[in-house]
Amino acid sequence: MVERMRSLAGSWDAALLVALVLVVVVGAMSVEGVASPRFWRFVTLEVIPIALIALPMTLVVITGEIDLSVASILGLTCTVMGQLWLWGITSLPVLVLVALLLGALLGAVNGVFVTAFGLPSLAVTIGTLALYRGLAYVVLGDRAVADYPPEWTTGAIAAIPGLTIPWMILVVGALTLVFGLVLHATPIGRGLYAMGNNAEAARFTGISVARTKFWLFVATGAMSALAGVFWTLRYASARADNGNGLELAVVAAVLLGGVSIFGGRGRLLGVLAAVVLLGTLRNALQLAYVPANTLTIITGSLLIVSVVGPNAAGLLRARWRRRRAPITPLHQE
Amino acid sequence: MSRSRGGRALVLAMLTALTLTAAGCATEEPAAPATGGTAASGQAGTIKEGLKIAFLPKQVNNPYFDASDNKGGKVAVEEFKGVYSQTGPSEASPSAQVSYINTLSQQGTDVIVVSANDKDAICGALQEARTAGAKVVTYDSDTNPSCRDVFINQASADGIAASQIKLISEAVGADGGEIAILSATANATNQNAWIEMMKTELAKPEYSKLKLVATVYGDDDDQKSFQEAQGLLAKYPDLKGIISPTTVGVAAAARYLSGSEYKGKVQLTGLGTPNQMRAYVKDGTVKSFALWNPSDLGYLAAYTGGALASGMIAGKEGDTFTAGKLGEYTVGKDGTVLLGDPFVFTEDNIDDFDF
Repeated sequence: MVERMRSLAGSWDAALLVALVLVVVVGAMSVEGVASPRFWRFVTLEVIPIALIALPMTLVVITGEIDLSVASILGLTCTVMGQLWLWGITSLPVLVLVALLLGALLGAVNGVFVTAFGLPSLAVTIGTLALYRGLAYVVLGDRAVADYPPEWTTGAIAAIPGLTIPWMILVVGALTLVFGLVLHATPIGRGLYAMGNNAEAARFTGISVARTKFWLFVATGAMSALAGVFWTLRYASARADNGNGLELAVVAAVLLGGVSIFGGRGRLLGVLAAVVLLGTLRNALQLAYVPANTLTIITGSLLIVSVVGPNAAGLLRARWRRRRAPITPLHQE
Repeated sequence: MSRSRGGRALVLAMLTALTLTAAGCATEEPAAPATGGTAASGQAGTIKEGLKIAFLPKQVNNPYFDASDNKGGKVAVEEFKGVYSQTGPSEASPSAQVSYINTLSQQGTDVIVVSANDKDAICGALQEARTAGAKVVTYDSDTNPSCRDVFINQASADGIAASQIKLISEAVGADGGEIAILSATANATNQNAWIEMMKTELAKPEYSKLKLVATVYGDDDDQKSFQEAQGLLAKYPDLKGIISPTTVGVAAAARYLSGSEYKGKVQLTGLGTPNQMRAYVKDGTVKSFALWNPSDLGYLAAYTGGALASGMIAGKEGDTFTAGKLGEYTVGKDGTVLLGDPFVFTEDNIDDFDF
């Protein structure tokens, strides 16, 4: 059973990587500009916040939970950073530290509601999606804080020497390694899959389901805050509506990445491939003069395919196998 | 097993390839006019032919920007034989605009005409586009002056504020009373400037009987604006008038009022388009409202961009140029060009307009 699931997830990863390569190759051949280094700089800048949040989100969804408040945590973190700046706190390390702590705290609130009160994470985080966004408007209202030192903003998007790709991708890479190791190479990671498949059974095998989930929500909050720091500096603008709707982009990437919405299945590699695939596709289609409406339809269709695809394939295979097995008296039709 | 695995990979790969190629085919990539070769030889005083001029509104699918871009900008660009396009995000967010600005600068666009969703957040991307050779004209909503060449101001903020207060004062009558403002998003640069000016205007002695009790935000979303209008009347039973200086908000408020007991009792004015407001002017919900002509705004923006990209003007104070049928304009302080005074629509003249 586990073997089958692994191979299923593995094959989806392979499919995504093939699709990614295809999009890049077809894009580079048919759309002028996709082959240029500048294109990849823009794609990278766009996907960094999505990738940062998708890392912990993958783990959360594998346990069968979801966090829809991530973009609101991002927005609230941005406004708090902006307000602190207005109050004269001008040390970047202090601002970043406060942001990360705040993000972790906001995530912990989600975690407490989900684990201590046993509420469904979908309901809790839809609530905090609205609550945190509301608080963001309370903090800054209609103002935008934008007068950061230019070297902060240029520093945040500066390229790796000799390349056009921003250095932040190295941070994403390092964090991917951390989350990847936890998920795929530790008992904690195996526990996450177990929880997603059957939380009750996981509890009986001695896994502390509540504590693990709580810390996952804390991690999601902190990573959303990190994305918020990057967002503020990249756009040089802290506003209450920063990152509005980003949770959908993250969830889309996680699901397209092959993580089952019902938990228990999925790999980080697939999710990262999906993040890059969606970013590349979007930017390439934009370059090809495709209007925004069509882009939304394409993204939506890909999402449906990603949710329906693996299930439909599994069903078809099961039926095919049943038909091929001739001597099964119980299933005679 | 391995067969079905490969099969699925293939299906997904084919699907993505298909979307890419299909999109490539369906695209009407604007063809450069045959006369494009003469572009380089355009002499001073005329706009070069074949300029690529792209309009980037706050969001696409917005009737206001369709009027300014497709009915104004496009007409102008065709007049001076440029290549017109409109592109942009479907939601009014600055980060989505940044992505489109990046795309435009990669496409080698000569002029980017943009209505900013945030005055700072799109600056970096605009600067990068300018470094790559594009001229940047803002219209409708400005960025920081350092991030663009020229801003086309639809109407001066004090002109708009004065006309809005005057219209609501006339509609409410001599007795005055409580009024409220239904705005767009809380961060809209232009909205907030107007609201501040309206407050200054209200302080004048002739408006001493008008009292501003609330400012609410409908986020340029029809349903939210409708609900905010409803909420205002629930919260302030003595409310005499609403000003909604946004086309989405004023139409939603008019729809609510015309279907409620407040029709004709609570006055409404704002900035709206004739096609949206016609029914409410005729059924007595709204006596008058104002707007500039958005098509003229886009038209002027296109001509300004053309003049900039052709080296006829530099965008400095005092530069003059001719914008087709609209006549001569002078660049003012901080590189702004003023379209003119807001226009007041009433039952008598509304049928003369169709946008």
